[in-house]
Amino acid sequence: MKNKEPLILVVVIFFTLAVYYLVEPFAHSQMHKHFESEGFAYNDLPALTKTGDAARGKDLVLGAAACVGCHAISKEGMSAPMAPVDAAGAYGVNPPDLSNAGAVYDAKFLASLIKNPTHALMVEHKFDPAKGKVYPMPAFYGAGGDIDQEVADIVSYLQSIAVKGEEFTPTIAFETACGRCHANRYEKWTPIGETPTFKHKQDKLAFEINVANYEDSLTKYMGKLPPDLSIYIRSRGEHFIKTFVENPQQYLEGTAMPRVGVNAESAAKVIEYLEDSGDTKRHERDHVGKNVMIYIVIFAIFALLWKKEVWKDLH
Amino acid sequence: MAHFTKATSIKDWLNQRLAIDKVEKVMASEYWIPKNINFLWAMGMVLVITFVLLLVSGIFLLMYYQPNVDLAFDSVNYTIMREVDFGWLWRHVHGVAASVVFLIIYIHMFTGIYYGSYKKGREMIWLSGMLLFVAFSAEAFSGYMLPWGQMSYWAGMVITNLFSGGSLHADGLVEWIRGDYVPAQAFLDRFFMLHVVLVPLAIIGLIGLHFGALRIPHVNNQDGEEFDFDAESKKYLDGDKAGAKVIRFANDFMAKDMMVVGIYLVFFFYLVFFHYDFAMDPVNFDPADGLKTPTHIYPEWYFLWSYEILRPFSTNVGLIAFAFAQVIFVMLPFLDRSPNAVPASRRGLFKYWFWAMLIDMIILTSMGKVPPVEPFGSIGFYAALTFIGLWIILPFITKMEKKV
Amino acid sequence: MKENSRRGFMGKAFGAVAGIGAVGSLVAMKKTWDPLPSVKAAGFTTLDMTIYKENELVVEKWRGKPIFILKQSADMLDTEDKNMSKITGKTTAEMDKKRLIKVGDAHYLVCIGLCTHLGCIPGYTPEEKSFLCACHGGMYDDTGMVTKSPPPRGLDIPPFKIDGMKLVLGEEGPEYKKMKETGITL
Repeated sequence: MKNKEPLILVVVIFFTLAVYYLVEPFAHSQMHKHFESEGFAYNDLPALTKTGDAARGKDLVLGAAACVGCHAISKEGMSAPMAPVDAAGAYGVNPPDLSNAGAVYDAKFLASLIKNPTHALMVEHKFDPAKGKVYPMPAFYGAGGDIDQEVADIVSYLQSIAVKGEEFTPTIAFETACGRCHANRYEKWTPIGETPTFKHKQDKLAFEINVANYEDSLTKYMGKLPPDLSIYIRSRGEHFIKTFVENPQQYLEGTAMPRVGVNAESAAKVIEYLEDSGDTKRHERDHVGKNVMIYIVIFAIFALLWKKEVWKDLH
Repeated sequence: MAHFTKATSIKDWLNQRLAIDKVEKVMASEYWIPKNINFLWAMGMVLVITFVLLLVSGIFLLMYYQPNVDLAFDSVNYTIMREVDFGWLWRHVHGVAASVVFLIIYIHMFTGIYYGSYKKGREMIWLSGMLLFVAFSAEAFSGYMLPWGQMSYWAGMVITNLFSGGSLHADGLVEWIRGDYVPAQAFLDRFFMLHVVLVPLAIIGLIGLHFGALRIPHVNNQDGEEFDFDAESKKYLDGDKAGAKVIRFANDFMAKDMMVVGIYLVFFFYLVFFHYDFAMDPVNFDPADGLKTPTHIYPEWYFLWSYEILRPFSTNVGLIAFAFAQVIFVMLPFLDRSPNAVPASRRGLFKYWFWAMLIDMIILTSMGKVPPVEPFGSIGFYAALTFIGLWIILPFITKMEKKV
Repeated sequence: MKENSRRGFMGKAFGAVAGIGAVGSLVAMKKTWDPLPSVKAAGFTTLDMTIYKENELVVEKWRGKPIFILKQSADMLDTEDKNMSKITGKTTAEMDKKRLIKVGDAHYLVCIGLCTHLGCIPGYTPEEKSFLCACHGGMYDDTGMVTKSPPPRGLDIPPFKIDGMKLVLGEEGPEYKKMKETGITL
């Protein structure tokens, strides 16, 4: 009697893999658009040609460019002119605190943003001055000198005050880049900041009303409430999130989501933050997984040896 | 009252009351299994092990799961996945095992079809097995509702809508099943009940029936050979283990089973830790939203072939075709008119029927997931027709078969 | 069989009594699965029809289901759809009026926003004035009529009653009853 088991095993494995290929990689390739990342190079934006001077940049930010009229720079002791809820009521969304903008955003993107916000953010389809829809942030037309030099100075200033190295945490990246529109309830993050612990029920309710009001303004501004990102790492995956953030329009033409303009480093940090919130136990899973695999192979070997012993007399 | 003597040992004490020696003989050491079997015969044991994994992991998930539409999603994705120590492990084991159990069921089923193990006194094994398949399907579907994600909600919506019966418009029946106009709290609660109590009880009962149905006709073998179990077992007990054509269930058959189980578990735990995505659809990590349909709605992979039989037709025809697909496998022992209970390779046209059916079901499975655009729509349509056609010709081609 | 036939009358009678008990308990079990009174009572929604804009789809909620409200503009009412005329043998304007609800001077499409095939929510494209269901590719025109299968019928119209400029969903007014009798909706 010929031993047919190897052939049977090959047949079983072949059909199993065929089914797997058809319902997973093949089906998903038919269902979803796929785009490759450009590595956050923003090739469509012009390169920075001038070297900035942080000190001059500071004068511009505080003076001629009038940034602090709307933006907070809490690191430099400048608080926001309005509370987040009021700012959202006025502008649609709370203007960002610029403390760490220099670390989170790509320099080229920042420069383009200052000169022409809707172009850099890819929201020109939504804000058309001819139709009376004006983006809340005015473009910077220069303070009288060489505008490219001035913009380079501003970017240089923002970079000089931003967090560096170890201090630049995934949380800072997320809160700066995503956190004014997106909540993350698993990390207790709301678009107006982290949920504090409350002593009184009234404080809790007051905070919740603030969040609801903010989200109402945001909903009007964006068309719909931007989703909570708690487990987006599981529902969308790293590749989609990165390429979507890099260029939202390629997936979803006409979406209100702006191009965020993060640099490659902060994109990686945002992903790490999302992994911490949505796939918290991944390190434990890998570690336990390796040990279990070692054990289960030993288990299989012992099972094999036992079978050999039992079947010794049967052949 | 029966007569009891003073027990000489614990074993004797138990023997007088439970006849454990006899039970052990009937169930294990003198439960004779043919020797000419291959590893496909171990799928039953693989299924038992997988069922135990599902049961154990399910018990631990049950300790933290909240069957409430407002809490269910976060009780799974936050409490179990982030807070409970090893909660993620139970969930991954449960999710992967729920998917893999169907792979093994299909292998087990097609093994039975290939070797003719539903014929000549083994009909009840097949029928109880098909009932198990139905019960497992109900268990899988009800369990899929529980995380209350987008796919849970919309699969619940689409599948319960099937009960409106197309033109019959039995909307009352649909609302009765849901306990509401749409899947909501009542729906989640009752599917929770089905998943953790009623269906598991049915499954455990059916497993007992399935095993019982096997005991009298004995296990089939890979050569379709008929032999005298009494004579062969006598040979074995007289010491001619190598010459006998039968082996003991325990430990002979068990040892081989456990070897296969060992290899299977390597594959299983690899999936649990390093490749779990296929069993946990990304779309279901978005919370249920009754006002937003996901772009693509598809069932888990093991339901795709029957879903695809529903899809390419108009509603009424689709439902009839779907109902046909659900019950037709049950009828196999009665549609196969051939007198031969031998492997398909020795059975004339049935050999081609077997492979055609297998490949057709894989095509249906594939087409059930991709969007219904051309050429997939047409491929699915013809594959569905082929499926129905194959079942219609089965009685005729098996009737023509010569006795081997 | 012999044993069975010898069983006496009382044995059969006992079996019958036990059977009645079993059927009785089934009634209780069936009723326990029925939608609760609170679920049924939450089934009425009143809509102010003056707030809607022409050719702009608004999704309201009734009994947990999405309700599409689409106010028709003059050109939407006049559009000739040859396809539809071919299927029904009637002019589009005739068909349109029958499916639409007239509140004040305006015509509205008010329908359950679930595809009649398998219950997904179709999306509306204002430029093409048509609905597309992403699940299985079914299409409807701006009055909710099917223009491409698999959906077996137009979008269902919920029970409604016209009350001045308001529309009450869940109550059956004379206009709804007429629609039901003429088979425009179920």
